[in-house]
Amino acid sequence: MDAILLQILNGLDKGSAYALIALGLTLIFGTLGVVNFAHGALFMIGAFCAVTFSKMLSFSHVVIDETQKDFLGNPLKVDVPYLYDWFGQATGDAIIDWAVPLSIIFTIPVMIAIGFIMERGLIKHFYKRPHADQILVTFGLAIVLQEVIKYFYGANPIPTPAPAAFAGSFDFGALLGFDPNTIIYPYWRLVYFAFAAVIIGAVFAFLQFTTFGMVVRAGMADRETVGLLGINIDKRFTIMFGIAAAVAGLAGVMYAPINSPNYHMGMDFLVLSFVVVVVGGMGSLPGAVLAGFLLGVLESFASMAVVLEFIPGINQIIIYLVAIIILLTRPRGLMGRAGVMED
Amino acid sequence: MFGLNKKDFGLMVIVAILALAAPFILNPFPEGSAMAQFNAGYPDLMQRLVIFGIFAIGFNILFGLTGYLSFGHAAFLGVGSYAAIWMMKLLTLNVIPAIIVSVIIAGLFSLLVGWISLRRSGIYFSILTLAFAQMSYALAYSVLTPITGGETGLQPKYTDPRILDGALEEGQTPRANLFGLDMNQGFELSLGGWVFTFNAGYYLAAVVMLIAFYLSIRIFRSPFGMMLRAVKSNQQRLNYTGLNSKPYTLAAFVISGMYAGLAGGLLVAMDTQVGAERMFWTASGEVVLMTILGGAGTLIGPVLGAGFIKYMENIVSKINKSVLEQWFAFMPDGIEDLLITLVYPFVGKGWHLTLGLLFMLVVIFLPGGLVEGGQRIGRVFRRRDANADSVESDAAEQRKPAAE
Repeated sequence: MDAILLQILNGLDKGSAYALIALGLTLIFGTLGVVNFAHGALFMIGAFCAVTFSKMLSFSHVVIDETQKDFLGNPLKVDVPYLYDWFGQATGDAIIDWAVPLSIIFTIPVMIAIGFIMERGLIKHFYKRPHADQILVTFGLAIVLQEVIKYFYGANPIPTPAPAAFAGSFDFGALLGFDPNTIIYPYWRLVYFAFAAVIIGAVFAFLQFTTFGMVVRAGMADRETVGLLGINIDKRFTIMFGIAAAVAGLAGVMYAPINSPNYHMGMDFLVLSFVVVVVGGMGSLPGAVLAGFLLGVLESFASMAVVLEFIPGINQIIIYLVAIIILLTRPRGLMGRAGVMED
Repeated sequence: MFGLNKKDFGLMVIVAILALAAPFILNPFPEGSAMAQFNAGYPDLMQRLVIFGIFAIGFNILFGLTGYLSFGHAAFLGVGSYAAIWMMKLLTLNVIPAIIVSVIIAGLFSLLVGWISLRRSGIYFSILTLAFAQMSYALAYSVLTPITGGETGLQPKYTDPRILDGALEEGQTPRANLFGLDMNQGFELSLGGWVFTFNAGYYLAAVVMLIAFYLSIRIFRSPFGMMLRAVKSNQQRLNYTGLNSKPYTLAAFVISGMYAGLAGGLLVAMDTQVGAERMFWTASGEVVLMTILGGAGTLIGPVLGAGFIKYMENIVSKINKSVLEQWFAFMPDGIEDLLITLVYPFVGKGWHLTLGLLFMLVVIFLPGGLVEGGQRIGRVFRRRDANADSVESDAAEQRKPAAE
């Protein structure tokens, strides 16, 4: 029992990342009808926003410290972050420690801006082109973004630690009455799951309860009619693209402490996220979220030692296998709507 | 001739001349000159040019004719490679059985994948093929290690039980051969400052490529090819006329899978090793790039695209900072530094950046690839001639439906 619980928990954080990326992909697909292969790159850029922001926080200047001496008796040169000058050492340290959560406020505008530029500059011209062209051009864009990041940040993963307050693990076993230390779970992954839940909730609430969201949903159902009613649907869809980019970026920012950002992390997630979207049902937002968590949990179950004994290697292929079975038995995916990409 | 019309025969002859004279054509600069790094006439690169040409020709039969975008063709190449290397380990170091078996195994595998994947079309088809390729890649890396060698990959050893060849003596390196003709063998021809290398492996690959190209012309011009084009232009209408398009698309899929297997087998024949990374999905992406860049749906396009990408990959990634400094040395210091800073991100390790940009530009502005680019340039010149000649011929030009 405790092993099963542990696997469910393990699956949740990866599932959260899948769900967030798949949600963004589906938003773009549902509104603009564009298959965005560059979405993984947006996730990766989000993670590098966290890296950039924590670098920016520790910008420092050199101060000659008279109290410390090196072995020759000369005063030491010490790097002092500007934050110390502004807020004092204790507050400065705290801010640097919390760099990853704080970079959310930096990431959102950056990602929305990137989303706008992408949509207005490139994707806009591809609405009327075949899906194959859309896939190809965004695939090219993904390569370019990835290589640009590689040029500026190098090819090695950059460790980006979570705040010290979340460094430990949480003992679930003790809470639920199992033996202590049987189900332990890092705090940051809990935070990630909660964060993902909040973001997903916020996106759904935005679409469901605001006038803007209502118009967008109407546009997803029938773009032409909404346009005939005198509503500038293109503008709203552009904003939705920005939001989708921001969702992917936020997923990346918070994922940075779990997996040190490297330039190809986006591609790794992209392939799986596409599978998630297809399993959930093209164009279905709840489907994307559901399939994201489902596949995340399935993947972690498949990597249990007991399962691996029966079917070796199943953990590597479970997601693809499920996708194949789903596509062949339920061609629309788990919650797909009729008439979306049925060709 | 050979069942080709005049135009196709001309094309075939051009490709044949290009392929057979490649050691000359790709080595235009004398040895030791500043431009010598643009030479591509060394065997390893030439082999890759034609082998990936075969891969792209095969991919084009599926994507160019039917419009089904497969993102998993590298899996067939990988399966073909593994099959070939096992033939070399178990049967003989002769490349003929290895290549034949690699084509057959890749064909069978693509039959299985195609039978499942072709139930869906559009983006679903792409995802399904991608899923199969990623599965093969993951399995080759983990569970199938006894067959695939996992991370270390496979290469023939002298201890392998070669049934036809007999065991090699200890310390002897197993080399692929064609009835005793070593694939690495070749002779060098020195003419003045130039050194031309003629390599046995390259010529084997080139001849196979020519056969593959000939077959693809025949497929393009056959009723079967017309059927595939019909699938691309309007599958629904085809279904309404009572035709089942599935056997045709499946046949195209298997044929292109066999081409991929052939390319995989040849890769092993030239360089007797194989690793799972050639099945990774970026490798599938690469063949898509080649086909699109050259011009999907055209005969010569994929060959051009494959040649172009592989050539650029080798040449551009060799350029480093000191080479750049050498080039721009004649300029004033400030401008030299500026130019080097501007160009440097795109060469050497930045080759993928150049590739991505190039690819985007082609998809955006030139969806027909290099072939369409050539046609457009040709049309501009033709129009100019027509203007100069007379107004009448111009009018005739307009009345005629546009070529292609």
